Amino acid sequence: MAGNPLHGVAIVAAYNTRQAKVLEGETDLSIIHDAVDGALKMAGIAREEVDGVNISTLRGGVSSRNGVHMMGGRPSWCGNSEMGIASVLEAASAIATGQCETAILASGQAGMYKDRSATSPWTRPSNEFVECWGLYTAAEFALIAKRHMALYGTRPESLAEVASAIRMNGARFPEAVFYGREVTPQDVLDSRMVADPYHLLDCAMNSEGGGAVILTSAEKAKDLDVDPIYLLGGALDRQGMSYVTAPVWDKYGHVGQRAAKITFEQAGLTPEDVDVCEFYDPFSFELIRQFEAFGFCEEGEGGDFVMGGTVRSDGKFPLCTNGGLMSFSHCGVIQMLQKVISGAQQLWGMYPDELTVPDAKVAMVTNGGAGALFTDTMLIGKEMP
Amino acid sequence: MSDQARSPIPLPVPTQISSPHWEGCRKGELRVQQCGSCGGYVFIPQSFCTHCFSKDLRWVVSSGRGVVYSCTTIHRPQRIEFEVPYTVAIVELSEGWHMLSNIIECAHEDIKVGMPVEVVFQKMSDEITLPMFRPVTE
Repeated sequence: MAGNPLHGVAIVAAYNTRQAKVLEGETDLSIIHDAVDGALKMAGIAREEVDGVNISTLRGGVSSRNGVHMMGGRPSWCGNSEMGIASVLEAASAIATGQCETAILASGQAGMYKDRSATSPWTRPSNEFVECWGLYTAAEFALIAKRHMALYGTRPESLAEVASAIRMNGARFPEAVFYGREVTPQDVLDSRMVADPYHLLDCAMNSEGGGAVILTSAEKAKDLDVDPIYLLGGALDRQGMSYVTAPVWDKYGHVGQRAAKITFEQAGLTPEDVDVCEFYDPFSFELIRQFEAFGFCEEGEGGDFVMGGTVRSDGKFPLCTNGGLMSFSHCGVIQMLQKVISGAQQLWGMYPDELTVPDAKVAMVTNGGAGALFTDTMLIGKEMP
Repeated sequence: MSDQARSPIPLPVPTQISSPHWEGCRKGELRVQQCGSCGGYVFIPQSFCTHCFSKDLRWVVSSGRGVVYSCTTIHRPQRIEFEVPYTVAIVELSEGWHMLSNIIECAHEDIKVGMPVEVVFQKMSDEITLPMFRPVTE
């Protein structure tokens, strides 16, 4: 797509704070402070130069207008989209239309979840046609996976391979919450069942942490001592409220297909051009589904596609190279933006040698999943399109 | 129909839109909305048809029969009031619409995608009777 305004926007900082199961002594705001501070230093940008802000928490009560106040209370563009690809595309639109030049996106969570006796409170739906049957996020995603398994014979071994590949990356990533914890496919299959077909190790974890991204115009990026990461394309697919209607495969199983098609067209690329897959990984089957929906393989072939090392760190399509939501971190407010952060950091060569994808130029970043009735996609790259 | 079959779980709070559904459950009917304009079935309850946007929605009684479209047996409960294991399913009713529910009166390992099921009403409180599903026996 010639002249796509997205292409005039660049990522110039992508920063994660410390992540942990529990960040003792921290609060949402102290973590957000660290995220903003870290990102500003990374870009070499003063706080006063930021004229676009989306600093918010989904459940913690920090609205983006609080965020503007944190940044000094100067008149600023203020975003309201969910933190992640949606907020990046919203801020990029503001930059591309001249509403601001440099935008910061940040969030964080700390000191929240201590009760381990049942599922995390924010994974429980309150809807009257969902809650009474005992559903929660893992169950919603399990219903998608089980239909695919019944239709195409997808096996638990493929799900376990995905979870193991992601968790082995985290085991070798020093900042990951589960650093050092190696997990084989058999370990996944041997872990206790949560919601069939999902074992404990097929599921994302819960943790705490923060992160931030700074976007600016490609023009301004030239003045900074940073290699810009360009936005090559991006789109959202939303099909309704998460966890309200039944996640019926026929209707929702392909969510993200439309968004991915648009994203690849904007970038002038195909799945073959993707060097790194920083896909959203709430549950193992969701990655198989995304490879199918985005056109990396045919529908029904995802289970075979992920076998044989394809998605391992040294494979053709390295997946979640910092350990993702399963091993790096998953705190419920910043995890979608952390996919963007991971893609940028991988392209910048910031990862340990054994996790660095050689000569990586293009990363595909995704948010959401079929169990939640939405999937957003984005392509970022080292070269201006 | 069993009385107070389980320990207290979070029960639905009917809304103006959904009340006819829950009233039907109390009377042993599985009610669903059908569009008077396009004939499509609408669930969960809405103010207008999500297929054709008509406001002409009418409550009709479903056959209560269908098949398991997908299912998952839960071993870690949503909250501790749910006794594990329990099986959550998407049921595809004979009219072609889908709803979430539980499959009961069947060993969990025997519940399969495609299995024929029928509605069975479980009284939970004076106001709420939940429509669950069991295997069709005959």
